[in-house]
Amino acid sequence: MDVQTLTYVIVGITFALYIGIAIKSRAGSTKEFYVAGGGVPPVLNGMATAADWMSAASFISLAGIVSFVGYDGSVYLMGWTGGYVLLALLMVPYLRKFGKFTVPDFIGDRYYSQGARTVAVICAIFICFTYIAGQMRGVGVVFSRFLEVEVDTGVYIGMCVVFFYAVLGGMKGITYTQVAQYCVMIFAFMVPAIFLSVMMTGHIFPQLGFGAELLDASGNASGVYLLDKLDGLSAELGFAQYTEGSKSMIDVFFICGALMFGTAGLPHVIVRFFTVPTVKASRSSAGWTLLFIAIMYTTIPALAAFSRVNMIESVNGPDGKGIPHEQAPSWVNSWEKTGLIKWTDKNNDGLMQYSKGDANEMKIDRDIIVLATPEMANLPAWVIALIAAGGLAAALSTSAGLLLVISTSISHDLLKKNLMPNISDKKELIFARLAAAAGIVMAGYFGINPPGFVAAVVAIAFGLAASSLFPAITMGIFSTRMNKEGAIAGMLAGLGFTTVYIIYFKFVNPAGNIPDNWLFGISPEGIGMLGMIINFVVAALVCKVTAATPQSVVDMVESIRFPKGAGEAQDH
Amino acid sequence: MSFEDKGKAKEYWDENIKLVLTLLSVWAFVSFGCGILFVPFLNEITFMGFKLGFWFAQQGAMYVFLILIAVYVKKANTLDKKYGVDE
Repeated sequence: MDVQTLTYVIVGITFALYIGIAIKSRAGSTKEFYVAGGGVPPVLNGMATAADWMSAASFISLAGIVSFVGYDGSVYLMGWTGGYVLLALLMVPYLRKFGKFTVPDFIGDRYYSQGARTVAVICAIFICFTYIAGQMRGVGVVFSRFLEVEVDTGVYIGMCVVFFYAVLGGMKGITYTQVAQYCVMIFAFMVPAIFLSVMMTGHIFPQLGFGAELLDASGNASGVYLLDKLDGLSAELGFAQYTEGSKSMIDVFFICGALMFGTAGLPHVIVRFFTVPTVKASRSSAGWTLLFIAIMYTTIPALAAFSRVNMIESVNGPDGKGIPHEQAPSWVNSWEKTGLIKWTDKNNDGLMQYSKGDANEMKIDRDIIVLATPEMANLPAWVIALIAAGGLAAALSTSAGLLLVISTSISHDLLKKNLMPNISDKKELIFARLAAAAGIVMAGYFGINPPGFVAAVVAIAFGLAASSLFPAITMGIFSTRMNKEGAIAGMLAGLGFTTVYIIYFKFVNPAGNIPDNWLFGISPEGIGMLGMIINFVVAALVCKVTAATPQSVVDMVESIRFPKGAGEAQDH
Repeated sequence: MSFEDKGKAKEYWDENIKLVLTLLSVWAFVSFGCGILFVPFLNEITFMGFKLGFWFAQQGAMYVFLILIAVYVKKANTLDKKYGVDE
């Protein structure tokens, strides 16, 4: 079978599997729809959360980013895993004990205020929409590259599949499909990485091959370490040293912080931990989640380094002078067709040359690093098909998780808790499904007509989560005195500062988005951490001069601080 | 109230805070410290074929994060039992 038929077969099988699982685990009540009935075992919830968290961007683009920026890419690796330590230690057990369905639920009740709830709902919906637009696009792109259908058709197919299992199954349906999607995704990612590691360094574990000596053509240790080779190549070609990077230390510090605190404040991640049966289970579930994520995230930088060496050598040749285009490896030709690799023979010598600066003749898209790995490692066609299935699994699982938060925010936080308090459980469930359906249609629209601002607003999503939700939740747990006025003032200050800063540099004055103009040298990507500090300070000051928290709220805070009596997630 | 008295509840919470702060200082030390601030210094040291600072930033910090959560899960469960507030 050729690659394309195989891809159709493998993708078809995985889709059938997801839909089959969704039919088996249909949701019958709002509780099943919102939190899967609160009965998901911690290991399975860990897998589902990992799939929820690792998006199309993690799967397809992250290794490419690390590969092109070297050390600077560490902010994503540490930021997107370190946030789970904060989640596990500061939030998850307490929110599970609190035992309701959503993040705005907690903020609304803890700060005895509809205003605080509304701010939280708006943040949650905004964050999820920013994210989901990119996911649907990812589905379309994978379809168009591997199955040669139009991007739009790919988006429609993706919409139908997500529609089916998110609307039907709610949290219960998506949790069990996400478990399957995690397995597909991790298998698809690890197989080529392991082969490449064995081929280049003789190590089965890419994490060890990353620091090992390269093998020469006859398979003996060459005495040259992979990373030394990479630093040498980078210096030769005019790039920053791979292991040192080029961003300033303060910027790296703040970006890493914004991503960590942002991760811990993302509603679609937090809500996952409402689905396990006990507080104890929620703690271990956070550990499982990080383990499942770390399997992929510790492989990513290794794959990035292998592919970078491989790519530079296949283009520039072992002597670094460039190799003739007609002798280029087949993956160069096959990805030239898609436009992800472009060669312009500037000096008309017929040789391909890759470097930084004017002599560079190659335009290489970052996504190539993952997409072309199976071909670089000369792996069979079914591995290429697996990459397609893995990319789709990553995009679909994340979209479904986000959709669920959007629908919950609308049917539960907005309708039930605000506008229509007397609505019955059955009606609420209908509204939840309608909201999920509407969410899919909007996500599909953005997938087909991608707004140019998607990449720019992802920084806002993390900035918002770090500067508004994270401080509000942690203060609500660790301080019994923090009151409504303090929390709202803090959220608005953090939110306002962060949003204005990002909008100014991304939209109002994008030309001025250079280190010299940044406040303390912090880029818009990292400003959320400063916004978070502002939130904490403003909240503490305002709290000092306003009325004390009512005793009933103090009692509530004290009762969420220990596990006993958690019971299942409940509404009232 | 699940605790014997208010004093026990405070003791439990103080012990919990101490545990969390200890683990978070390790968290900050490996990520912001070894992975960012001390990188220029640590990169002088070679570790299993890596410059040490680079290894912390792209591998080590993530392993430490995993260990931290595992320790937290174990210690927090023991603490609950000690005060009789486990499930």
